[in-house]
Amino acid sequence: MGLMAAMKRGLELHRRAARESLEQWRQRPVANGLTTAVIGIALALPAGFFILTDNLQAVSANWQGAPKASVFLVPGAPTASHEATARAVEGMDAITAVELIRPDEALEAFEKAAGMSETLAMLETNPLPAVVVGEIRQGLASADIDRLTGRLAALPDVDEVQVDREWLQRLNAVVAMVDRISLLIASTLALAVVLVVGNTIRLDIENRRAAIEISKLIGGTDAFVRRPFLYTGLWYGAAGGLLALFILMIGLLAMAGPARELAALYDGIQPPGGPGLSSALTIIGSGLALGLAGAWLAVGRHLAEIEPR
Amino acid sequence: MIRFEGVGKQYPGGNEALRGLDLHIEPGEMVFVTGPSGAGKSTFLRLIPLLERPSRGRVLIDGADLGGLPGHRIPYLRRRVGMIFQDHRLLDDRNVFDNVALPLIIAGRGRDDIGRRVRAALDKVGLLHKEHASPVTLSGGEQQRVGIARAVVTRPPILIADEPTGNLDPALSQEIMQLFEQFNQVGVTTVIASHDLSLIESLGYRRIHLEAGRLAWG
Repeated sequence: MGLMAAMKRGLELHRRAARESLEQWRQRPVANGLTTAVIGIALALPAGFFILTDNLQAVSANWQGAPKASVFLVPGAPTASHEATARAVEGMDAITAVELIRPDEALEAFEKAAGMSETLAMLETNPLPAVVVGEIRQGLASADIDRLTGRLAALPDVDEVQVDREWLQRLNAVVAMVDRISLLIASTLALAVVLVVGNTIRLDIENRRAAIEISKLIGGTDAFVRRPFLYTGLWYGAAGGLLALFILMIGLLAMAGPARELAALYDGIQPPGGPGLSSALTIIGSGLALGLAGAWLAVGRHLAEIEPR
Repeated sequence: MIRFEGVGKQYPGGNEALRGLDLHIEPGEMVFVTGPSGAGKSTFLRLIPLLERPSRGRVLIDGADLGGLPGHRIPYLRRRVGMIFQDHRLLDDRNVFDNVALPLIIAGRGRDDIGRRVRAALDKVGLLHKEHASPVTLSGGEQQRVGIARAVVTRPPILIADEPTGNLDPALSQEIMQLFEQFNQVGVTTVIASHDLSLIESLGYRRIHLEAGRLAWG
């Protein structure tokens, strides 16, 4: 047999196995619908988490603006001390610009921003301290920023130093945490998909025992007997993947409004993106791979047991 | 074509179906296998397509020792041995055409080729008009003829049949045997196990008689 003829035969065998398994698959809409739903949900959940962490990572990576250090002086520190501190901060290497906010300026800004002039008017003295805000040179290592914070805190009359990278660090920590949780959920659910497909195909094999026996009897190879079940696994994976995409789309539509508002509150942050083409392909691809894995599991365990009488 | 040398077959549990069987069936021969129940007729037939492996001795097909045949080559051996069973072994959820087409599908034949060969085989057994029928709607004789069409559709060099007329009346049995004769006349080595002594004797072919797992005569 020539190579071309052999390839033609191989293709014919695959074409037929794919078509027949698809026909049989479509003949059991309810049972297949349930299995597909389980796979779809199991794929959609971790995919949703991954999209969430993707967006959070984009937020922390695209965050614009130089980090700032706010140096709060002790309340009631003399005006001369304000100026001295501002000069001292400005003199540091890691600081590129300095702004001094005097207590009365702070009070004025607070009144405007908060609209609490009446309440503030009741206070006899201005409770706000002076603040020196220094812009930190970008690209500073975390340890350098720690050292800088220490030097700022050691200046005379300084009450407290706040570096606004802390919320970024917290966000990164949360993202890393969510990422790890997603990975755990994804692995657990991937295993669930493999087992669900495996069990469904095990029942399928049991139902078609007679056909398998007869195939083996008249010269069907193991590959021939195995093939339609592997395709069935692929169909489950593909259908589950498509359903997962559908679930994700609906979820993202439901989230779109609130997410846009949230993004608008933080300047310069992009509104969240949905699953792009590559994510969609990844979801479908995962479905196919897990479906095939489940089918292999079932076929490997159960087909060998069936020998013609 | 088919040679047995000192073949013994012991099943798990101790039942000894064959106890040293020596025989040879020539290419193109038509042979009947007879003997009382439990004499080893079915076991003898099942050893030819390796539905069983012998416990001892050698089975040779076309000069090749089946003992050396690895498991993954067995399907290709079975494609050269058409098998017919007393209970037909048809798939009830497929029509007559698809049942007969199965060996060709397994061999990866193209659709046109399959259509042509299946119709030729159905024509041969006189069931061309039933190609769309479900096997369960057919009579016992018709089902057996579908089984025969499936066995011969790939034109195998060997045909074996285990009690193919076991459930049929004498007239139908006669028809079935005539079909086997026709295949044998075009060179197919045909081995048939049967109880139907009067029919066998009227046909006049070689008879292999087994008793207690041994060749009694033939």
